[in-house]
Amino acid sequence: MASMRDIKRRKESIQSTGQITKAMKLVATVKLQKARAKAENSKPYFDAMYKAVTTMLAKSGHVNHKYLNNSGTGKKAVILITSNRGLAGGYNTNIIKLVTGSGIAKEDMLVYSIGRKGKDFLTRRGYRIKADYSDVINEPMYRDAMDIAQDVLNAYMAGEISEIYLAYTCFMNTVSQVPVFIKLLPVSADDVQIEEDGDMAVMEYEPEEQETLDIIIPKYVSSLIYGALVESVASENGARMTAMDNATSNADEMIDKLALLYNRARQGSITQELTEIIAGANAIS
Amino acid sequence: MADKLFELRIITPDRPFYEGNVRMVELNTSEGQIGVYADHAPVAMILSPGVARIHEEDGTVKEAALHSGFLEIGKKSVMVLAEIAEWPDEIDFNRAEEARIRAERRLASRDGEIDIARAEFALKKALTRIELKH
Repeated sequence: MASMRDIKRRKESIQSTGQITKAMKLVATVKLQKARAKAENSKPYFDAMYKAVTTMLAKSGHVNHKYLNNSGTGKKAVILITSNRGLAGGYNTNIIKLVTGSGIAKEDMLVYSIGRKGKDFLTRRGYRIKADYSDVINEPMYRDAMDIAQDVLNAYMAGEISEIYLAYTCFMNTVSQVPVFIKLLPVSADDVQIEEDGDMAVMEYEPEEQETLDIIIPKYVSSLIYGALVESVASENGARMTAMDNATSNADEMIDKLALLYNRARQGSITQELTEIIAGANAIS
Repeated sequence: MADKLFELRIITPDRPFYEGNVRMVELNTSEGQIGVYADHAPVAMILSPGVARIHEEDGTVKEAALHSGFLEIGKKSVMVLAEIAEWPDEIDFNRAEEARIRAERRLASRDGEIDIARAEFALKKALTRIELKH
């Protein structure tokens, strides 16, 4: 059996770790509430935007538009949203696994990374990072999403890339976050599902259809990026909260076990001491 | 006046900005200023920076600055997806004034390096904001 001193030291170390994880959990909880409110506030916009654009594309049928047609070099851009900090359970690993396992060859992939964890991991694995926007993830603003969308669309228009994907973590609820990998562009009219709700049935464009799409598609892309950003932030904090909650309860469990061991060792040493004293006294008398 | 009402929704990425039944809404689009009543023909249009005037059921007129986005007029409702929208009390007029001067200077210098479209957009935004100051 380990000595009393060893057990005590071990217990103290676990106690301080437990304090850290507990504090991190509390911080993550507060941040999660904020991030979640933000995600919920922006949800109506994306739902409306998604619906508007998909119905538009569905109605216009097979328009011959630069954003809808595949051209260029065959390189694929992946916008990857991860976190800047670790200790968030499987949050970063899950989304990175999804990207590396997406079937896109390493050579064909150009990564636009948002979040240091994803960037570092992919750099080590030899992926090409085209641009990095890791500062954005701390406080995502719609402006940031617009800038990123602009950069990616410029590369798309210049023919450097021919497909754009977005990898982020979808926030279902506090305990469940699902990593998703979606294709942003080109939008193929065949992929779009027509929703018949009757209200937005006949659609005229003013100005011309082409011009309208020119303006709306970038907005669509930036709004999807923004939506992905706020959902990812919520997911990150949700994942961290769960991870830290588990860590704290594991620490508590270990402390309980060690306390038991410590007490047993203490009792053992007292008993031994007593036995020794009694034996000594007996020997003298 | 027994004007027909219709549902108007103005949504921004940060929040649902306005939602309600209104008599009429005035908007500034890329094709010029429009006023939309109920039973308008369905159409999709692009917003230009400008002041939107919302005429509510009880006759009050609410003003707001809408900077970019697009709108969709459906059979029963009008939906505006604005990237930036502000009520007058949210605008910092001193800052808007400064932004106007900066944008005008940038446009006046025209030394080839500047992004004219961007400067013009900034100027329009500033002017819209200033317009709301009464």
